[in-house]
Amino acid sequence: MAAEWSGDVSVQWRHFLYSPLPQNPQQSQSDASIAFQPEFYHSWDNDEQSITIEVFSRLDEVDEKRSHNDIREFSWLTVFDNWELKAGISKVYWGVTESQHLVDVINQTDFVENLDGEDKLGQPMIQASIESELGTWDVFILPGFRERTFAGIDGRPRFFPMVDSSQASYESSQENRHIDVALRWFHMIGDWEIGLSQFSGTSREPVFSPGSKNGQPVLIPTYLLMQQTGLDVQATTEDWLWKLEAIHRRWQAENFTALTAGFEYSFIGIVESDADLGLVFEYLYDSRGQQATSFFQNDIMTGLRLALNDEQSTEALLGIIMDLDNHEAFISLEASRRLGDAWKLEVEVRSFQNVNETSLLNSLKKDDYIQLDLAYYF
Amino acid sequence: MKKNLLNILALALLLSFGISSQAETPEEKGLAIAKEVDLRDTGFKDSTAKMEMVLKNKQGKTSVRNVRVKTLEVNGDGDKGLSIFDKPRDVKGTAFLTYSHSKKPDEQWLYLPALKRVKRISSKNKSGPFMGSEFAYEDISSQELDKYTYKYLRDEKFNGIDCFVIERYPTYKNSGYKRQVVWINKKEYRPEKTDFYDRKNSLLKTLVFEDYKQYLGKYWRASTMKMINHQTGKSTILSWQDYKFQTGLSDKDFNRNSLKRAR
Repeated sequence: MAAEWSGDVSVQWRHFLYSPLPQNPQQSQSDASIAFQPEFYHSWDNDEQSITIEVFSRLDEVDEKRSHNDIREFSWLTVFDNWELKAGISKVYWGVTESQHLVDVINQTDFVENLDGEDKLGQPMIQASIESELGTWDVFILPGFRERTFAGIDGRPRFFPMVDSSQASYESSQENRHIDVALRWFHMIGDWEIGLSQFSGTSREPVFSPGSKNGQPVLIPTYLLMQQTGLDVQATTEDWLWKLEAIHRRWQAENFTALTAGFEYSFIGIVESDADLGLVFEYLYDSRGQQATSFFQNDIMTGLRLALNDEQSTEALLGIIMDLDNHEAFISLEASRRLGDAWKLEVEVRSFQNVNETSLLNSLKKDDYIQLDLAYYF
Repeated sequence: MKKNLLNILALALLLSFGISSQAETPEEKGLAIAKEVDLRDTGFKDSTAKMEMVLKNKQGKTSVRNVRVKTLEVNGDGDKGLSIFDKPRDVKGTAFLTYSHSKKPDEQWLYLPALKRVKRISSKNKSGPFMGSEFAYEDISSQELDKYTYKYLRDEKFNGIDCFVIERYPTYKNSGYKRQVVWINKKEYRPEKTDFYDRKNSLLKTLVFEDYKQYLGKYWRASTMKMINHQTGKSTILSWQDYKFQTGLSDKDFNRNSLKRAR
């Protein structure tokens, strides 16, 4: 028997480097918000059964759409000899690459939290995970669809025209009650780890069509059904990590193949210190070319990861994704440092460079920002 | 069990005499001592324990780390280990899985609870500090016989205990050390003190093992391990609590799925 509470509360401040686009007069140049994320965990039966509850709330001074609550986790897990069963709301991560997460399709992206797609909404699921000599098999039944979150009229960064989720439509006549299914096989063979997955159901990524609301142009999200096959591979040697993620998606829109492939190499103890410097290089491809709904169709990501390995766990990650065709670039810097025993300061910078007039990113070109996040952990 | 051990010991001695009919070289004697240390710690099957680290900087300011550790003994290879971090609280829930190997590089995975992501990581970082402490990853990882070559130096008393003093040299890549000098308790074949020399062969750190307790009537574990860094003036005191042996852990408690649900 074990029951415990933990979590964090944080204040966040964003400053945008430029004044808003003339089309977006409602936006402001700074944005403060607070977030609260408590977690409760209780286990019994020799830890073979457990319940986890994790709730997330953000209150944003500017954007009512960014003020949101979500149940990240509310699940019951039971573990048997060679298999385990989970039921409830939960989160699942698939994949190996750093620049984008193609194969990771179970949870919807909480896009108002961050553009990087790493914040996810809780997904209702029943998951069985079976261990065998021939790898691990995961079967998912996913009742209930979550719509992607998008910034409101006052929010930044935001697309223009803005996305109007109130007009969201679905291909499936069951709309957000369509039951999606997924299967994943994962196996480790020596230095190789291979994952193969199949997802059948409503795509977490919407397609957009132009529409209007109160006479203003908006983008209307439509959630199409899709069949997606995903492959993720990592080869790990003492010095190198080699990574590949590839997907093939069949849906009503143009079918496509996309991949991310690259490596990570680490220098240990640089300049006679305890610090490590990691070099990340990834190539991002999408067969739809400039028609791709992702931003990355022929891009390279170069990343530098610095870890000081000090008492405060000071870390920084600089990433630059550059389009090889039109030289648009997305620059991201994330740095963090523990303060005392229970506080952590995080700095994040996002910037768009050389943005093309006709590009999807055009409406974000003035949304470069610097963000400070101070969190207290309990 | 004891008697069996003595037989094996006698056999090992016989064999080592058999190979060299001459007197033992310092290398042979060093290896024989290390083998005996290894042998006396064989058969514990699995263990769990709580570890607290108190980090102290030059100014005397301290900070605390809490980690729970599970270990599975693997016959004929390095042990499997699972560490679950409780403190500092911003890394609570982070878990670290290691398959150590005696002849090839270790395999390591990290579980990041915020993303629910399991990452296979490179085991290259042996010399780096573990959680910002004075213990390097290689200091806290499973001590396998084949990870070093050995040389007997002398007999010497340490804290009034009769010890063998042996030197050992890492055979694995990316070690932060050129050599280590280890004081081995002659009676119990357990380490009492280790001096670590950096790659330039200067004295870097000293580790002292204290408050040894015996478990299952056989296996010695130090309750306190004090590491002092002579070059920076920083130190770390590591205390072990709630040691439990033969708790019934098996391979299935040391895989990716168990890493994900480690709490």
